Amino acid sequence: MSTRLSKAGRLVDTSKSVAFTFNGKKMQGHAGDTLASALLANDQMMVGRSFKYHRPRGIVASGAEEPNALVNLGSGNTFEPNQRTTTTELFDGLSATSQNHWPSLDFDIGAVNGLFANYLTAGFYYKMFIHPRPLWKYVYEPFIRQSAGLGKAPKDTDGDRYEHFYAYVDVAVIGGGVAGLQAALAAGEAGAKVLLMEQTAHFGGRAPVDGGTIDGIEAETWIAGALARLDEMPNVTVRRRMMGAGVYDHGYLLGYERVKDHAPELDAPRHRLWRIRAKQIVTATGAIERPISFAGNDIPGVMLASAVRDYAVNYGVAVGQKTVVVTNNDDGYRTALKLKELGVDVPAIIDAREDGAGALADAARKAGIRVEPGKAIAKVKGGKRVEGVELCRMQGNGGAVIETIKCDAVAMSGGWSPVVHLWSHCGGKLVWDEVESHFKPDPDRAPTNQDGKPFVITAGSASGPLGLGEVLADADAAGKKAAEAAGFTAASTPAPNGDARDEKPMQPVWMMPSDAVYNLRMKMWLDYQNDVKVSDVQLAAREGYESVEHTKRYTTLGMATDQGKLSNINGLAILADTLGAEIPQVGTTTFRPPYTPISMGSIGGEARGDTFQPIRHTPIQQWHIDNGAYMEPVGHWRRPYTFPRGSETYEQAVNREITNTRTNVGLLDASTLGKIIVKGPDAAKFLDLMYTNMMSTLKPGKCRYGLMCNENGFLMDDGVVARLDEETFLVHTTSGGAAHTHAHMEEWLQTEWWDMKVYTADVTEQYAQIAIVGPKARKVLEQLGGMDLSKDALKFMEWTQGKLGGFDARIFRISFSGELSYEIAVPASQGRAFWDALMEAGEEHGVMPYGTECLHVMRAEKGFIMIGDETDGTVIPQDLGLNWAISKKKEDFIGKRGQQRTFLASEDRWQLVGLETVDGSVLPDGAYAVVHGHNENGQRTMIGRVTSTYYSPTLGRGIAMGLVKHGPERMGELVEFAKTDGSTVMAKIVDPVWYDKEGEKQNV
Amino acid sequence: MSEAISVLAGANTEGFCRVSELGLHGMITVRGDLSNADLAKALCAVAGVDALPEVRKMVGGLEGGIAWMSPDELMVFVPYAQVVDKVDELNSTLAGSHFLAVNVSDARAVFGIDGAGAREVIAKVAPVDMSPEAFTTGDLRRTRIAQVAAAFWMAGDDSFRLICFRSVGDYAFKLLSVSAAKGGEVGYF
Repeated sequence: MSTRLSKAGRLVDTSKSVAFTFNGKKMQGHAGDTLASALLANDQMMVGRSFKYHRPRGIVASGAEEPNALVNLGSGNTFEPNQRTTTTELFDGLSATSQNHWPSLDFDIGAVNGLFANYLTAGFYYKMFIHPRPLWKYVYEPFIRQSAGLGKAPKDTDGDRYEHFYAYVDVAVIGGGVAGLQAALAAGEAGAKVLLMEQTAHFGGRAPVDGGTIDGIEAETWIAGALARLDEMPNVTVRRRMMGAGVYDHGYLLGYERVKDHAPELDAPRHRLWRIRAKQIVTATGAIERPISFAGNDIPGVMLASAVRDYAVNYGVAVGQKTVVVTNNDDGYRTALKLKELGVDVPAIIDAREDGAGALADAARKAGIRVEPGKAIAKVKGGKRVEGVELCRMQGNGGAVIETIKCDAVAMSGGWSPVVHLWSHCGGKLVWDEVESHFKPDPDRAPTNQDGKPFVITAGSASGPLGLGEVLADADAAGKKAAEAAGFTAASTPAPNGDARDEKPMQPVWMMPSDAVYNLRMKMWLDYQNDVKVSDVQLAAREGYESVEHTKRYTTLGMATDQGKLSNINGLAILADTLGAEIPQVGTTTFRPPYTPISMGSIGGEARGDTFQPIRHTPIQQWHIDNGAYMEPVGHWRRPYTFPRGSETYEQAVNREITNTRTNVGLLDASTLGKIIVKGPDAAKFLDLMYTNMMSTLKPGKCRYGLMCNENGFLMDDGVVARLDEETFLVHTTSGGAAHTHAHMEEWLQTEWWDMKVYTADVTEQYAQIAIVGPKARKVLEQLGGMDLSKDALKFMEWTQGKLGGFDARIFRISFSGELSYEIAVPASQGRAFWDALMEAGEEHGVMPYGTECLHVMRAEKGFIMIGDETDGTVIPQDLGLNWAISKKKEDFIGKRGQQRTFLASEDRWQLVGLETVDGSVLPDGAYAVVHGHNENGQRTMIGRVTSTYYSPTLGRGIAMGLVKHGPERMGELVEFAKTDGSTVMAKIVDPVWYDKEGEKQNV
Repeated sequence: MSEAISVLAGANTEGFCRVSELGLHGMITVRGDLSNADLAKALCAVAGVDALPEVRKMVGGLEGGIAWMSPDELMVFVPYAQVVDKVDELNSTLAGSHFLAVNVSDARAVFGIDGAGAREVIAKVAPVDMSPEAFTTGDLRRTRIAQVAAAFWMAGDDSFRLICFRSVGDYAFKLLSVSAAKGGEVGYF
């Protein structure tokens, strides 16, 4: 069993106990525990089940590399799945539940999969579920989806807040072990602005556990001193609980700060995502110990040797009462010695090397530990917990078991691999180190910046060296090099003196024993979370998977939430061996950010709730909200669709608004309409190029409707242009097209016609603009008084300005409805008051506000097109019968040449017509006109489609506009439109102008 | 004339520093050749400052000042009540030359971020180096805050002014308020 030791761990405060629950069971830990150490202290070795076979899973590691011990954390609005117990700091009231089991962790139905393990080998899903095809959608996919994924998806909205933070530094150092501390010191002393981040709550990394001296003092004392020195440097910032998550181009670095995961009671953002620009990035990310592939290496109680040591020293937890150490290098002996020192029984050290270890072996023997060189574990005995190991010779197939050693924990050490992830994220390359059997960064092929120079430097074990002295020397050089590269002069102070490494070489062990038989190999786990075993990788190789990337996907090796931190090297070594290739030739899979998963909340930052997305408000918005408007999105605006009254449906409200506007007077908030000032001696010439029609002939005081196309000839935007004076125009655009049209103008002015004397400015939001529409519109304005707006004083398509009822008004007499109509712009800050004044003045004339749907129906009754309805980026003005708005006199305009291309000039293009159903019903929006036959895709042959369709209360029937092949030539003919229910409806082709074709009503 | 009302009518919140909407201010977008001495002279006269701002700088303040906006664009600040007259003044002084001066006072929202940690409030939402070494009084950026365009400058110690479009004034206010919320102190600068 795993228990707390009598000697307290260095990181825990035994005077403070902390209560938590696991699967509802009440447990106690200490302040300073991780959830993993607290679970172990409570003898909770088994913490979950694996993905495929639902095998019992125990804690394997003590840090970010942990593949097994993932839990659901919290509940309700703090619930989060897949939380690593090894990196979760214990807090009072923590509640965790285990994942991927049913009905309970201890008894799991899915474990039956394990009985069929012979059939569930690599590629099983690909082979099994591909035939018969029809079964995929209804049988296989739902089944796989149900069994896929670890943890549960949260049901409630996240209750925490998150934020981003932008920081700019000379040198960012990732990792607060002794290497990171020394690199930060070296760079800081050179005067560079340094940001040092450490993913855990503690600095020093492995050094305090592994021991050794630096400059003659204990490592732990040196660490405290280094931190104090960094603290005194004003140019150095030190952050804990902050992980370097990803390295990107141009020195961009993501730092993931867990502000209050350890103390949920704080009123603070939970996570803060630092978006850092660093001139140089130093990765002092350390190294990760590798597991060894022996049969039963996944049974709870089998752990990394370094983790066993960590739990004992840092948290005062013995993971077993009898712990066997199995190793291929000297470092594993440290665990045995440390356990022995703390009074834990170590029945044996099993060393795969024939000649065993160096000085550490002598120390072990002196401590009375049995050392077995040249031996191996044939098999671990036990189910939910280690019960013993079978000892055999390393050279052999494991058939001849020498003896069974009783134990309840196994500490394994397969050597160390530098954490190269951050080095590799942005293109840093690796080399194979024959001595340590690991991939390490190749300093000659570093990630490079825009200037072609390296911007990432590794420090300490992340570079490859594993001895304390070598690590410090490397880190000191890295810090100095980074400072120099960032433009500083490094001090010539020597690196601190750490103990040199005094160990015998490790021996690569990719499989234990060397020639294990199949039934042992299929119990040797590589990827614990995804259940990938040695036998699976071997099978993939035999089936022809030579690329490590293909093998990864075929077997799912390294595809779990731990991204193969433990399984990567072991897996590719097996692959190389099976292929008969060298490991460096097989290579690694790609390391991609983030280093470990970061919260979705941190990625979104503050963009949630009220600040999820900017919503644009007009100056009259609050009135709309207060008066029950039903809103619709128009770009980032929210515009009233209609203003329902009482129990009205939206449809009834729209009909009322139309009828009222056509008989009395209506008000529309048209503030969202784009407004762009175009000024300069060449403004007229410029607008002649921007618009298809002529703008240079427009007289000051007049308005003209214009069409704007892109260079391909497609209709892009439309609106009314008013000429303010000889060299100034006010261009109106659609609501959604304002920013784009302004950008379009600036692009042409800045890149193509830079010699034109024209300036533009977007003044959309300077004005509140209100349309006063209907036969009684003039009466309302006359009541406000101050300006002569009689028929002859302000004619149709003219504008004027002055004081209207005390407001600074610019009045355009234009109509999008066919009625007598004015659009009046006032400064935005007067907008709400002006609206209120119009409502008051209009009361006796029956004024009502109307929304966008009423606007749409009224324009359709008049046959006016709407950008986005009649156009979709593939429609040219000629398709819409707008030839009258395309100047034949102008030499050029944007889109002219595009429109001359054969396809756009074809007479067979679908063209705009009005449509009336024979039965008076409303055509479905987007419905296609169909004829007999099928096209090459097996669809009904289509000859047109509906672009706008409404019920017209004015006409008492459905009306629609649509594009129909040869439409204008087929007036009066019937066309068949397909409906979504499979039936069709007949519609007659008619003139699209239903209402007041002569335009008498708008001209009164 | 009826009373003009700014987008949030002076709303404010108190977090670890204060975020306040500062009401209406006269703003004139000017585009032209900034190396033209006549233009510079006219603009300085209107704003009451001695010289045009350098790149990414602000001279003067909200009641009279000029902000650099782009190589051919400035924002001139004048008292709100005078803005119409000031635009007329520019148009008559510079008549005959090619430039654009347009009143955009009502198209903008103006905010103040004041108090210790004001730098951090901005550093949470704008991709700008807000450290004291890099950003001091008179420095200005035309950039974005989270998802909307904005310009801001440092008016004095722990004091920033920020302008954005009026339509997103509500978003900007909520954004700055949440960034200034207590407990969110970063302690970096």
